[in-house]
Amino acid sequence: MVLINVTMFIFCALFLAMFIYLGVIVSRSKIALYNNSYNNRQELQYKYVLRGSIYSSDGEVLAETRVDENGNEIRYYPYGSMFAHAVGYAVNGRMGIEDYANYYLMHTGATLSERVNDDLENVKHPGYDVYSTLNVELQKVVDDYLGSYNGAVIVTEAKTGRVLVLISHPDFNPGTIKEEWENITSNPENSQLLNRATQGLYPPGSTFKIITALEYYRENKDSWQDYAYTCDGSIEHGDYRVSCIYGTVHGDLDLEGSFARSCNSSFVNIGLSLNRNSWESTLDSLYFNHAIPTDMVVNSSSAYIGAGSTDYDIMQTSIGQGKTIMTPLHLNMITQAIANKGVMMKPYIIERIVDDDDEVIKEFVPESIGTVMTEDEAAYLTDLMMAVVEYGTGRALITDSYTCAGKTGTAEFAQDINESHAWFTAFAPAEDPEICVTIIIEKAGTGMEYAVPLAKMIFDAYFGV
Amino acid sequence: MQIAVKYYVIELSKYIIAFLMLMYTSLSVVSVVSAKKKLVSVCTSIQSGLMLFLLFVSFLHMTFVSGQEEYLYLFAFITLFLFFMITIVSIIYDKSDRVLLNNMCMLSGIGLCIVSRLSFAKAFRQYIITLVSFAICLAIPFFIERFKYFKELLWAYAGVGIVVLTVVLSTGRKVNGAFITYTIKGITFQPSEFVKIIYLFFLAALLYKYNSFKWILISALVTGAYVIVLVFSRDLGSALIFFVAYVMIVVMATHNYLYLLSGIVGGAIACVVAYNLFDHVKVRVIAFLDPWKYIDDQAYQVTQSLFAISSGGWTGSGLMLGRPSDIPFVNQDLIFSAVCEEFGMIFAMCLLVICLCCFCRMMMLSYRIGDKFYQIIVYGIGIMYIFQVFLTVGGGIKFIPLTGVTLPFISYGGSSVMTTYIMFFIVHGIVIKSRNYEAANDERKTTPDTKVH
Repeated sequence: MVLINVTMFIFCALFLAMFIYLGVIVSRSKIALYNNSYNNRQELQYKYVLRGSIYSSDGEVLAETRVDENGNEIRYYPYGSMFAHAVGYAVNGRMGIEDYANYYLMHTGATLSERVNDDLENVKHPGYDVYSTLNVELQKVVDDYLGSYNGAVIVTEAKTGRVLVLISHPDFNPGTIKEEWENITSNPENSQLLNRATQGLYPPGSTFKIITALEYYRENKDSWQDYAYTCDGSIEHGDYRVSCIYGTVHGDLDLEGSFARSCNSSFVNIGLSLNRNSWESTLDSLYFNHAIPTDMVVNSSSAYIGAGSTDYDIMQTSIGQGKTIMTPLHLNMITQAIANKGVMMKPYIIERIVDDDDEVIKEFVPESIGTVMTEDEAAYLTDLMMAVVEYGTGRALITDSYTCAGKTGTAEFAQDINESHAWFTAFAPAEDPEICVTIIIEKAGTGMEYAVPLAKMIFDAYFGV
Repeated sequence: MQIAVKYYVIELSKYIIAFLMLMYTSLSVVSVVSAKKKLVSVCTSIQSGLMLFLLFVSFLHMTFVSGQEEYLYLFAFITLFLFFMITIVSIIYDKSDRVLLNNMCMLSGIGLCIVSRLSFAKAFRQYIITLVSFAICLAIPFFIERFKYFKELLWAYAGVGIVVLTVVLSTGRKVNGAFITYTIKGITFQPSEFVKIIYLFFLAALLYKYNSFKWILISALVTGAYVIVLVFSRDLGSALIFFVAYVMIVVMATHNYLYLLSGIVGGAIACVVAYNLFDHVKVRVIAFLDPWKYIDDQAYQVTQSLFAISSGGWTGSGLMLGRPSDIPFVNQDLIFSAVCEEFGMIFAMCLLVICLCCFCRMMMLSYRIGDKFYQIIVYGIGIMYIFQVFLTVGGGIKFIPLTGVTLPFISYGGSSVMTTYIMFFIVHGIVIKSRNYEAANDERKTTPDTKVH
């Protein structure tokens, strides 16, 4: 009977589909499901596995679990608060690498006989260890400089997206977080637990002129060199008026000069001339209003330009004010794409997972997340950013040891200029970029005065000057 | 040294169990597919050995992990029971189907094992129910052979089923949001399980005689009544099982594929209507579509189930080394997730293949049954069985929305175990009857020849 065969075939096919689905759950979703905070199987692993250690890229211990004579386990962070947000914590929830690598830290690669030996001696199996991409020396430079200022710094490798420095202030000591939990969480304005580098949303200020300049180039490929504007300290359009910082009169400017000296009036003038639909798609391709593809916990930046934008919106957005907000990580990624001939790399903070015998279990490799601009456009922006250092707001970076390209920003969110956030995003060497630095210091003043010197210290330390 | 052995057992047993299960399952597939009697008989003998060894390793593992010797007694009990079942059935009913019998024993053994792991107290009840079910079922083939009036009770089947379900709906106790249980003298029943069997007899009694459109319509009305009562009782899983079995059986009995088409269309319309009409249907679908959004309440169960499944990996955490008890209703509706977590995915997939083997075996057996009434019953039991497996497993792994039915033989629950036993033994009974009939026919054919001389 055909029908009985058909019936058997239908159900066998249904079950085959379920098998494939089950296989996918087990092989693909395993780690994500394990890390879900509703999954109590964490506790199970604590019974058998001693949480693995976290190392910097050159093998310094950043976090390890020590067992005292009484068998008590203590999670020890040798650098205290220095790697607070980067390495994170693993009590009362999880953050940072402690969170991203949790599955590996809590699983063991011990062989059968090792496991039996551990069982016999009544000790736990060692969890996998994690090598991060972090650089202790650079992190220390930044941590010292920031001191009591609030803000965030992120340094990545230009060609790979490896995160070398990740700092957010105010910070906390992950080693004592359990004891201080009440204190930390009862003070929400301080928001010590917020990783400002990846989740903090700030008005980008003049650093956003990178994007405005990119859009202008896209629309005026052949004539951008002819751009000319005379700045008299402010610009009026309709009922609105935008001033240059300190009311500075920049005088006659071409595009490079407008960018280098960060002339607000000129950029408002540029912004008003741009095609809103094309600008919207440029923002889109740069991951504005989109989830940024990375394994870290991040927020999405937002910037709205579209057919419905008013002239006032355009004037504000052209210079990175108004409703535009960005995370330092995102600005760093755009800088990195410029430094890397237009190819944006996925930022990553975990280098590799190793077992007890230093055998590599899993290696994380650089991964492109798209060509966000052409090589031409990247070269054009690099030239603009080099001009910033040569004769613009980044002059403090002039040195014989390396060339640097960058853009300052001063994000105004209050009337008092000294209450502004100081921004700087840069890469060096300009000819063959190695690292990208993005800095924001809250309520410090202008980027030129406060953020650029820190960038110099980071570059000096990195290039061994 | 002795202690070292203990830890080696604990660390190694899951691999051994997965391996034994793979072996058993391969033999099971061979014996279903192969037509060579001798090969099948060798396979089934090896299977019995593998089955016992697998259960022994599982219980030994549990004994070592828990430090409680009681688990070895449970193993002794299961061994005796399964041995008894296989020998008694093959002695009394020598024409019973050995392949089906073996798989039944295997599933039952695994079920008892996992229920023992989840709750000692519940395991005890489960053992008793299994024993009682088996004792009752032993008489079923005898009845099928002798009782002549099964085909004549058409309206009795229809009436009894609907009356029972309606009584339960109106007076039954509400358990976990569903009106599906009924308690008499301290024993709680879930009548919809038993009604499945009555319903099959109804359909068979109707369709073996009539297949005109008028009669199909009548059968559709009665089925509709069953399904509506079940939906109102919030027993969505059973309602679906009845519906699917109905459509497949009608197509099988009439050979008219138009009924399949109208069944699919009608089913789709019914689903949409039910979704808009009943909140308890809507909740299941919502939890299925976006479980992570409703992880706190509606989708808590299915997400916990997914955690369990994924945490086990291919070879499982090992018995008693996982946390299946985190899943609500793990004993009944989501026991498959517990199997995945502790026995691992290889084992769990093998388990499903064994279920498929049971199903395919029934389909192949129904092939050779001459009497259409009995053929419909065997076919229907096969469909109901495998579709129920699909519903509960698919629901627990978020392949389809969760409906809340038990996994036959494996889940905890008296009604479920007893009904499944009865259904499988009805198949045995029918197969024995038809094999006896064939044998008698063969004899009749050969006797005249000998008389000539």
